[in-house]
Amino acid sequence: MKLDLLSSLYVFMLAAFIGFEVIRRVSPLLHTPLMSLTNALDAIAVVGAIILAGERKTTLATILGTIAIVSATSNIVGGFIITDRMLRMFKTSSSKKA
Amino acid sequence: MNSDLWIEITYFIATALFILSLKWLSSPATARRGVLAGEVGMLLAIVGTLLNRGIVDYKWIAMALVLGTVIGVPLGKVQMTAVPQRTALSHAFGALCVTLVGTAEFYLRAPDIPPFMMAVLSMEVILGSLTFTGSLMAAGKLQEILPQRPITYKGQNIVNLALLTGAVIIAVVLVLHPDQIRLFPALVVIPLIFGVMLIIPIGGADMPTVISLLNSYAGLSAAAMGFVLNSKLLIIAGALDGSSGFILSVIMSKAMNRSFTNVLFGAFGQVQVSATAGQEERPVKSATPEEAAGILAAANKIVIVPGYGMAVAQAQHKVRELCDALSKRGVDVKFGIHPVAGRMPGHMNVLLAEADIPYDRLLSMDEINGDFPQTDVALVIGANDVTNPAARNETGSPIYGMPILDVDRARTVMVIKRSMAAGFAGIDNPLYYLDKTLMLFGDAKGFVGNIVRELSGGHG
Repeated sequence: MKLDLLSSLYVFMLAAFIGFEVIRRVSPLLHTPLMSLTNALDAIAVVGAIILAGERKTTLATILGTIAIVSATSNIVGGFIITDRMLRMFKTSSSKKA
Repeated sequence: MNSDLWIEITYFIATALFILSLKWLSSPATARRGVLAGEVGMLLAIVGTLLNRGIVDYKWIAMALVLGTVIGVPLGKVQMTAVPQRTALSHAFGALCVTLVGTAEFYLRAPDIPPFMMAVLSMEVILGSLTFTGSLMAAGKLQEILPQRPITYKGQNIVNLALLTGAVIIAVVLVLHPDQIRLFPALVVIPLIFGVMLIIPIGGADMPTVISLLNSYAGLSAAAMGFVLNSKLLIIAGALDGSSGFILSVIMSKAMNRSFTNVLFGAFGQVQVSATAGQEERPVKSATPEEAAGILAAANKIVIVPGYGMAVAQAQHKVRELCDALSKRGVDVKFGIHPVAGRMPGHMNVLLAEADIPYDRLLSMDEINGDFPQTDVALVIGANDVTNPAARNETGSPIYGMPILDVDRARTVMVIKRSMAAGFAGIDNPLYYLDKTLMLFGDAKGFVGNIVRELSGGHG
């Protein structure tokens, strides 16, 4: 248990550093799509909700899990759709003429 | 064991795809591939999770997935001008999911929760619930359901601090005594109230910072949930989202020369009274659309500076017509975009891209500022404080030190504005009284439309 937490902390630290390095490079042009995309990816929390809703442990857990799936799924679906819509609008002068 | 291994493999691949997804987003040329990578990763992880042997009942899962999709599709198809409130709403949904899962996990595990586990669970629930109500408030303000003006009262910071301290104390008690189950509801409710109180004093122009900060909280709460569930995938996705929100908050507060604490606890509005007092009426020069069109047509190089006023007036399509009409005459038209222009990071870029303006014309503040001395006309549309030269030289000004677009260094400045009313910060803008400045009074959309008409009329 203790070791699990420790390795989780390592993972968190490394992921945070990767996040800083990768996201620092994102052009200010794309900051809005960046936010909607990270938001969609963050909705991966749905995996925790799915297990809660399907385990049938307590009624409370099933109800909360089900609502949590709904809210996370709406972020996944909505987030990916709008990010792609936004990115499709970004064109260069040359591709616009083509 | 076999199916567990397969599940772990899907999570492993999904993690790699998520990181690639953000990496590809760094440039517009590869960005759509990034979205695809994210989608594939997400699908893999969900399918993998559905294989989990702990799941005995698929009925609720299936219903929830369908319902979530039904809600998500329209949220993905909102107007581009509504993107800031949609984003705030999605932070609220993300935070809601995390809070609910945290709550369920607590009641499943209590009272046998090891201290470290209870600490991350508390963090998950506190951050989740304050982000939930805070983001709902932000969305309400952006959608103009709630008053946009900052609401401040005496002792506000003390009330907020007390709420936060209260939540932390309860968390500490629960870490030490996880059998005090009846305390748990307070751990959810107090941050819910705190989230509301935190956003009440926030004004519209602070929204870019606040949305970024809420984004960061949503990510951190998801990472905390990853610790609770011992899911590396969730920790990594949460850390990526958290660092993204954090970086954006830093960029936004730097662009306003303010610290996080100042944005959240500063109540900018209070400065207004002293700043506007003692200003006498000064003469300004104004111009008609015909005159403006004449000057623009004679220019070689024009920089357009858009602000939230352009978004409110929905003027971006008219601005594109203006850009086209001028480009056709051989005028070099560029756009100078301040990091905090609009209501969220990158807001102006999305609106202008939607209006079909090629992104190579959209330049950031650092890229464009050196060009202003060689610029014939700087045309400011619905932006105010981000062009205020007082930020550069008036040490007493509340916005002193804030980086601005140096429009006053252009040969001629034109400002489209509805009236002489001060901007968000309530500060007078000396730019308007310069000899080289022409005020174009009117609605941004209507005025730009009139200029376009003059330009095409004069041409034919």
